[in-house]
Amino acid sequence: MAPDIVMYEEEFNQIKAIISKLRVDANSKVVFLVDKNGQQIAAHGDIENLDTTSLASLTAGNVAATDGLARLIGEKEFSILFHEGEKDNIHISIVAQRVILVVIFDERSSLGLVRLRVKKASEELNRVFANIMAKVEREKAQAGAAFESPFAEITDEDIDSLFSE
Amino acid sequence: MTFINYASREINCKIVYYGPGLCGKTTNLQYIFDKTNPAAKGKLISLATETDRTLFFDFLPLELGTVRGFKTRFHLYTVPGQVFYDASRKLILKGVDGVIFVADSQVERMDANVEAIENLETNLKTQGYDLSAIPYVLQLNKRDLPNVASVDEMKKLLAKKNEPIFEAVAAKGPGVFETLKGVAKLVLADLTKSG
Repeated sequence: MAPDIVMYEEEFNQIKAIISKLRVDANSKVVFLVDKNGQQIAAHGDIENLDTTSLASLTAGNVAATDGLARLIGEKEFSILFHEGEKDNIHISIVAQRVILVVIFDERSSLGLVRLRVKKASEELNRVFANIMAKVEREKAQAGAAFESPFAEITDEDIDSLFSE
Repeated sequence: MTFINYASREINCKIVYYGPGLCGKTTNLQYIFDKTNPAAKGKLISLATETDRTLFFDFLPLELGTVRGFKTRFHLYTVPGQVFYDASRKLILKGVDGVIFVADSQVERMDANVEAIENLETNLKTQGYDLSAIPYVLQLNKRDLPNVASVDEMKKLLAKKNEPIFEAVAAKGPGVFETLKGVAKLVLADLTKSG
């Protein structure tokens, strides 16, 4: 079982910078990152009219189903998925083994350009996620002694109040 | 696998509704969707067949409010109940934080309940989870039907540990939010342990 992802301010800003650069470099409309469980990590571009939560969940479902297909025919994974539409296209790739990078683009860009830029951005994202995982491990190691969970004090009343409406 | 985002101060949790075919998993989600304040919910996505049987999953994002300064988001998923969709069911359990088992209270569905719960245990194991360790609640659904098994009988047959048990009528509402609240409590309580 993969360890939890925890996102820290510093890495979050690095990720945002990388995907915003990718959006410009690839001449695309939207770039976003989702973890394999369907949680959106970051999004950039024309997302005002886009249901990014649903998009994230369906992307993860799509990748999970494709992973299943890959294993059935003896492949480790299909690392790139591409969906071509009349106007818009979706390019999906796996980064750092556990994160899904999604690029939505139209005729102002091309599959070749997107693939090229995604490759470069993936290398940078790999580094950032390696840092995050190292940080999580470090904190886990200290967990017994000093690590103070911000949730240690959640009480029953806190939880009840969530459902009070 | 809870996703905690310190940068935007959010906790995202994944809850999966599991159970045999036609036990009311999608109905639970539909009721929650209908009764939740529009500001707190996203779209209900149903990947279903033309006859409204779940094909891959239903998905409902809920935003419940803040705990200790963190926005809590719950992503509710259902699995397809029909036996031949087992491969898809496995995929949906990936990264799950809490499971609700929806049991069909009708006497003639007891075998299906037992089979589905065993299937849940097996599939959780393949994802590296242990039913006895993860946040888990049992819902006895369709309590309003005439031919239901008694709560005690069902407990004996289906209870796996000291899980909270809720009686429900998902189509009309009783027990639906109680069940969700029950599992949410366990998930958040789990966070206080593991951080």
